[in-house]
Formats: sequence, structure tokens, C-alpha cells
Amino acid sequence: MATVVLSSIAKSFGPTKVLGGVDLDIADGEFLTLVGPSGCGKSTLIRIIAGLEHQDAGSVAIRGAGVDHLRPHERRVAMVFQSYALYPHMSVRANIALPLTMSRLKLRQRLPLVKHLSPGRREILRGIEADVGAVASQLQLDHLLDRKPAQLSGGQRQRVALGRAMVRSPDVFLMDEPLSNLDAKLRVHMRTELAELHKRLGATFIYVTHDQVEAMTMSDRVAMMDSGSILQLGTPSQLYEKPASLKVAQFIGSPAINLLPASVAAGGRLELFGRPLALAVDEAPGRSVTLGIRAEALSLSHGEPGSAVFSARLRRKENLGSEYILHFDLAGRDAAAGVTMRASPATAAGIHEASEVTLGFDESAAHVFGADGERIEPRGQGAATGSVVPLRA
Amino acid sequence: MSGIALSPTRSTLRRYLSLALVHAVLVAGVVFMLAPFVWMLVTSIKPPVEIFTAEISLWPKQFYALQNYGMALEKAPLLRFALNGVIICGGILIVQLLVAIPCAYALAKLDFPGRDLLFVLVLLGLCVPVQVPAMPLYIGLAHLGLLNTYFAMMVPFFISVFAIFLFRQFFRSFPDDIIHAARLDGMSEFEIVWRIVTPSAWPAIAAFCVFSAVAHWNDLYWPLIVISDAKLAPPPLGMMFFADAEAGSNYGALTAAATILTAPLVIAFLIARRRFIDGITMTGVK
Amino acid sequence: MAMAALATPASFASVARRRRWIERVTGLGFAMPALVLLLLTILLPLGALTLLSLTNYEFGGTDMDWVGLKNFQRALADPIIRRSLVNTLVYVAIVVPGGVLGALLIAVLVHRRKQTRSFYEVIYFLPVTSTLIAMATVWQFLLHPSLGPVNALLKWLGFAPVAFLSEPSTALATLAVIGIWQLLGFNMILFLAGLTAIPRDLYEAAEIDGCAGGIDRFLTITWPLLGPTTMFVLVTTMITAFKIFDTVAVMTRGGPVGSTEVLLYNIYLEGFQYFHTGYAAALTFIFLTFILVFSVMQTFALDRKVHY
Repeated sequence: MATVVLSSIAKSFGPTKVLGGVDLDIADGEFLTLVGPSGCGKSTLIRIIAGLEHQDAGSVAIRGAGVDHLRPHERRVAMVFQSYALYPHMSVRANIALPLTMSRLKLRQRLPLVKHLSPGRREILRGIEADVGAVASQLQLDHLLDRKPAQLSGGQRQRVALGRAMVRSPDVFLMDEPLSNLDAKLRVHMRTELAELHKRLGATFIYVTHDQVEAMTMSDRVAMMDSGSILQLGTPSQLYEKPASLKVAQFIGSPAINLLPASVAAGGRLELFGRPLALAVDEAPGRSVTLGIRAEALSLSHGEPGSAVFSARLRRKENLGSEYILHFDLAGRDAAAGVTMRASPATAAGIHEASEVTLGFDESAAHVFGADGERIEPRGQGAATGSVVPLRA
Repeated sequence: MSGIALSPTRSTLRRYLSLALVHAVLVAGVVFMLAPFVWMLVTSIKPPVEIFTAEISLWPKQFYALQNYGMALEKAPLLRFALNGVIICGGILIVQLLVAIPCAYALAKLDFPGRDLLFVLVLLGLCVPVQVPAMPLYIGLAHLGLLNTYFAMMVPFFISVFAIFLFRQFFRSFPDDIIHAARLDGMSEFEIVWRIVTPSAWPAIAAFCVFSAVAHWNDLYWPLIVISDAKLAPPPLGMMFFADAEAGSNYGALTAAATILTAPLVIAFLIARRRFIDGITMTGVK
Repeated sequence: MAMAALATPASFASVARRRRWIERVTGLGFAMPALVLLLLTILLPLGALTLLSLTNYEFGGTDMDWVGLKNFQRALADPIIRRSLVNTLVYVAIVVPGGVLGALLIAVLVHRRKQTRSFYEVIYFLPVTSTLIAMATVWQFLLHPSLGPVNALLKWLGFAPVAFLSEPSTALATLAVIGIWQLLGFNMILFLAGLTAIPRDLYEAAEIDGCAGGIDRFLTITWPLLGPTTMFVLVTTMITAFKIFDTVAVMTRGGPVGSTEVLLYNIYLEGFQYFHTGYAAALTFIFLTFILVFSVMQTFALDRKVHY
């Protein structure tokens, strides 16, 4: 059972606190992604799991046993680096074989000159060769085995790095931004390949990325991190549909969620741009809150009931082919940044740039965040109906 | 099964042990490196009685620095030697830069007849140490009556093929677009070299300055050949004259003189040690 | 006329021609001082040296005859020159392994230090900037048979004192140790630059792959990736060591009994003390041959840099 359990991991580099007591339980065979902006501590966390970095406090347990006193290779985890960290002077074959040479050959069988005197080395090498061949054919690297890393394309290097990780058949894979050095098209392709690899190997994957799309598309669960702590842990849809805080809501989803300032009126009813909404929260009147509305929740208003409206002016249309992203200004309002809306080509064709329209949204699809950025559950009807799928971890 | 599970205390113990071993090796090396410097300083403040005893002490019983340094300065024009060193290093460096920078720019960015030939000559020159043309140069200078002059000491080093090579490597990576833009703005090639390209190569130039100054401050071979007048001697030659005159009898004054002549570069190094180290690295690796 | 239509392109062409012409003239102008100096201080002397080596010219003398290759024949048969060549090569054979491997060891150890790195860097580099002639005087005193602390230490440890510089069997080795002392820091800095260029990722990947010990790490990553640097350091050290002169000139003057006579010192004596100019010119060519062989090795070493 390759579970990974982190308990109150803390780490500082000098005066800078990087991790402030992180707890995380990762199940056997799970694909867990650590996502967050750069500097949020996700890379440090994965390096602590690997044993490349030592935590100041807290403990790491793999397969139910503490590993804090173990050195990286003794933890039996594999890691794929952002730079791939392929040994430039070795062939692909030797790169993939290295973990096996290290574990299966004794020191005297590896030393220059001395190694030729050691008995039994041949058979071991043959076994290694067979294992390397098996991994290489899984990753379609057979024809590249004699090349040096410098002679490979980015995608091929990536696969060699994966091969080097797979060859020991570890049950925990650590991946530190493995796709960030690939071009956009290859990245999309490798996402699928990684997800399939995970299914095929059935191993535990811990994956670090700053790209929310990678987090959403591949993971069983996502841990969104910021400033050294986990803001929210859940399935991709939980993070998207029930963001626990403003930061999560802003980070997850593209185009970014629309944020509109609202205030609490008497009885907890919310007001948007001076107009009362049906939404109500348990907050004192007069406080300001933020409404988060996904781009697909906005629509051109035709005065449907239960839907809030406001007026906006079209600034720009972005044609994505299958749909349009419309950018609106809220002229004269505080939300100078404006809002974005997804629209079908037909809808988009009906609006001209600089024209005034009335936008509306289903109030039940709006997320409410308090002044501290925490999610506030709307009172009564609003929360139960609507499109939010209540999912609990 | 889990790997070789070392207990945490044993592995930390091993870490400290290996750390101690590493520092033991390094400190042993430090002793070897520093011993001459320490001994030089210690001896330069000892009276003769303490110098000529067999027992080792790192601090004199009688403080004798004033006498030793006084005697060294009185018996040999040490400050004159140092001044000569400054004049020679400065003169060589200025001409080297004035000659090498335009030439390196021309080699890197301009197309002119004989460019490739010139570059081959530069590469060839890199392999010829000064000891090789020394004799014909000596004869030539002797015929011109220029022996025992600053000029004689500097002239073989006016051209540094190494500087040309180093700067050419640097200038080649300078973007052509900027040079084209400067030409469009009406700059002459002369201005482009000195006002646009040279400032961009500052790290290489600084590195070369350090390299050149260290080399010529410490050079003995050529001054030994062309200089017999002690008034013109650069530090190493001056030190040699002084050591010959004292013939190993007056170690206090000798080490005092050594201290005075070694000090300028060592102090410069301690002040700008990053520059020195980077400079040597750059000139060494390129 | 049809030609009139081509007027504009033609004037473009003339502008381009003028531009090219200006570039050529400027290029030549910029290169001229260097070219003149190159001719006067390297190429012409080399030519003169070639001619001199074929004569029996003695500086200050009046007559001079062509002797063909006699100088070279004499040099190769001269026991003093042979001995000095052997001495030089022995010196190189001590300084190169000591100066290269020692520097590599120190660099590897220093590289992993965090707080103490610059401390060690400065100290090991100190001899490089110091004036060797001045320090040679100090070394002489350090190694003095009766007054020097090294011998005092040997006596204290129960050994017989060694007259390092006046004993034919130890003098050359002693100079070699001083040579190592002088260039160890320089080589260390070059190795440190090479080590810094190795990505940290590789060491971490190796650690995860099981290269846990220092030996494995060194053999798997450090040594192969440091290969080009090592070649470069090796050759520069060979050239520097082959040019040994300063310490011989101040400390031993070739003695005792010729045990520290080295090639460059003999060239100096023949050329500038005895003024056997023609003969010294031939010796200079022998010296240059060795330097050129080393330099060719260096070119190959630099070429290897690209291969991986």
C-alpha cells in the first residue's frame, strides 16, 4: 500500500517560511496534484517527500512507515524533474539503466577497472538490459536507446526521464512540473499519456504544477497551495464548483472567474450595483462581499426570474472557433476590470463592439466570498437549487 | 522490505564525521598555502637573535618591525620598485587595450581583406610565449640603444594576442542589430567601438585587466634580460637584486622587503577578490 | 533609354559598394596597430630567430658564419641540455599530477561548503597573486637546513633534517612542491567554475537513482562532466610547468650540481649570459616545439568540450 502521509510539515529557508505545517493524506494509487502560484511551497513539499530537502518539523510516512531518516534512494520513490535532469554524457540506455545499476551491482562491480574482475556482473547486466528494453518499448524509445540526451527532442527527453523513473517500478512517482518545458501541443498530448500511464501502473502519483489545466485534467484530487499551506483539497470539480476561498476561485478556471463587489443590505440580502438580489447571507448589514461568477454563468439577460442583471459595454470579442469570449467594461462602476463571458458564435454575432447590453446570471451559480476571502454559503433556497453539485470529500 | 534503515543518530554521526574529515583535509591544505605568508610576516618583525635560533615561535619576544622594515626601505628603493611596477603594468595595460579592442572588433564584426589570416596569426601568437622572441627583441633593442628603459620592459607586451582573442569572443556575441542601429543614427565606427561595444564587454575587460596586471607585476624573465639598472627594476627583479645583495644573511630585512613588494597585489586581491577570481576564471576558461 | 529605369537599383548598388569599401578600410585601420605590433614583436623576431639558429653568431661579436643545423645537432648531443630537458620533464611530471589532482580534490571539497567556501577560496588563491620571487625568498628561509621551521618540525618529529634545496636528490622535487603551491589555487578556481556549471538537478536525480555515496556521485556525475575542464587544466598546467624559470633563477641557479637546471634557465644562460646567440636560438626552438605540442593538445581538449 503506497500511501503517503504528511503530518504538519514545516520548512523555512533562513527567515523565509516556505511551508507552515502541511498535513496531507495521499491514498494508494491516487493521482494527487499540488497546484499553486510559483513560490507557494509546492516544489519544496515534493522535494521533502523525495528526501532531497529536510523538513524543519513534521514527518513523512510512505507505505505506513516513517521515512524521515531515510536517504532519497532508500525511500523507493521515483522523481521526474522539470529539467528532466538526464545525464548528458550517457546514452538513453545508460540513463534508464542507472537506477538499476546502482541497486543491483555492488560498489566493487561499478568501480572502473575493478569491475571487470567481479564475478556475476555479466548476468546482472543482462537482467538490467532486459528491464531497460521493456520500459523503452512501453515508451516507444527502442530506436533511441543509443542516442545522447542532446540528440533528442523535448518530448523524447521527457519520455526518457519517465523511463528512468519507471524502470525501478516504484510505487510512488514524484513529478515536479514535468511538462512545463514542452511546447503547448506536446503538453496536451503528454497530459493524456501521463494519465494513461498512471492508470496502467496503478502507482501513486504526486504531481506538482502551476498550471491549473494540468491539475484539473489529470488528477483524482487536487491540493491548491498558497504561501506554504493548503487552501483547499478536493476533486477537480469540487475546486471548480465550490472554491473554498477567493484565491482558489481566482486560480482555478479559465477565463478567470468574474469578481463583482456587492454589499450586504438589511436582512442579509445582497445588493449588486445598488440593486437587490435574491441571495441572502448570514452577515451583518453594511459589510461588503465579493461575488464570483464564472464566465459561463453569465448570459445576455432577457429578464428571466431569479436572475440578477447589470449593464455593460462590449470592449472586445475573442474568437476561439467553437465559442467566443466576450470582454465587457463596466463603465462608471467600481469594477473597472470588467467581466468576461462565454458565448456561442450566434450570440456573439448579435453584439457589436462598444454596444451597451444587459448581462444577467443565475444567482444560484454565484459564489459569495467575505471580506477575508473565505467562502460564504448563501442562506436558504439559493444554495440548494442551481447548478452547484454538492460534493463532499 | 525497506532499504538499509540507518538509525537517525548513526546517520547524523556519519555526516558529522565526514564533515570533520573534509575540513581536516582543507585545513591541512590551508596550512601549506599560508605557511610562507605567516612565516614572512612573523620573520619580518623578529630581531636577528630570534631569527637565528633553531626554535620556532610565531611571535617575537622583541618587536623588531620598525628596524627590519626601516632597514629594508633604506637599503633598497622598495617604493621605487613598486612604483616601477605600477608604471610598467599601467603602461602595458593601456596600450594593450588600445590596440586589442579595435582589432578584436574588426575581427568580430567587420569584413576586410586579410581578416582570416590575421586571426590565424593571433591563434598562432597564443602559442608563442615571450621567451621565444626574447633574444631577437633584445638584440634589436640593444642596437637601438633602448636597453634599460621602461619602453624596453613594456614593448614585447604591447600586443596581447590573448586580449584580442578574448575580446573577439565577447564582441561576436554582441547583437549586430545594435551596431546597425548605431550606424543608422550616424555614429562612426570609431564611436561604435568605444561608446557602444566596449562598455558592453566590461566584464571581459575587467577580467583581462586583472590578468594582465598580475602577470606583469610578477614577471621576472624579461626585466631580468633588459634591465640592469636597479632604479628601473620592477618588484620581482628588485627583490632579486636585494636578495643577492643581502645574500641570505639578513632575513628580517629580506622578509620585510618581500612583504612590502607582495602587499600591493595581495591587498588588491583581498579587496576585490570576487573580481580577481571571476577574472581568472573567465580568462582561464575561455 | 531602358537603362534609365535601372538608375535607382544602380545607385543602391553604388551605395552598398561604398559601404563595403568603408567597412574594409575601417577594418584594416582598426587591425593595423595590432598587425604592426604582431609583426614587430612576434613574427619578425621569430624569423630572426630562425636565421640566428642557423649561424654561430655571438651577441657583441663581429663575425658570423652559417653553420646549418649544427646548433641543433650540438644541442641534442649536449649532455647539459639533455639533463636540463630531463629535469624540466621530471618537474612537469611532479607538478602536473600534484597541481591538477590536488586542485580537483580541493575544489570538490570546497564546492559543497556553503559558509566557508569563500574563506577557502581566498586562502588557496592567495599564492597566485603573490610575487613568486618574493615568496621564493621566504620559502628558502622556511626550508633552511638549520634555521627553517620545516626542519625544526622534522627534528621534533624525530627525523633527520633535510637540506631541501642544497641536496641534489631533493632540490628539484622541492621546487616542484613550490610550483604546486603557486598554481594550486588557480587550478582550483578553474575546477570550481567547472563544478558550478554542473546542474544541481543531476546530483539530485542521481541521489534518487541510488548514487548515495561520494564515490558513486563522483564517478557518475562529477568526473565525466568535468572532463573538458580537466583536460584544459591539465594542458595549461603542463605549459606553465614547462616554463619553470623564476624559482630556479632565484633559489638554486641550476644547482646543486645541475640537479635543477631546466630548459628555460639554460636558454637564458646561453642567450643572455654567455651570449651564444646562435646556439640559444636553436635551444629556443626546442623549447617552442614542446610548447606547441602542448598547445595542440589544448586545441583538441577545447574541441572535446562540445561532444556530449
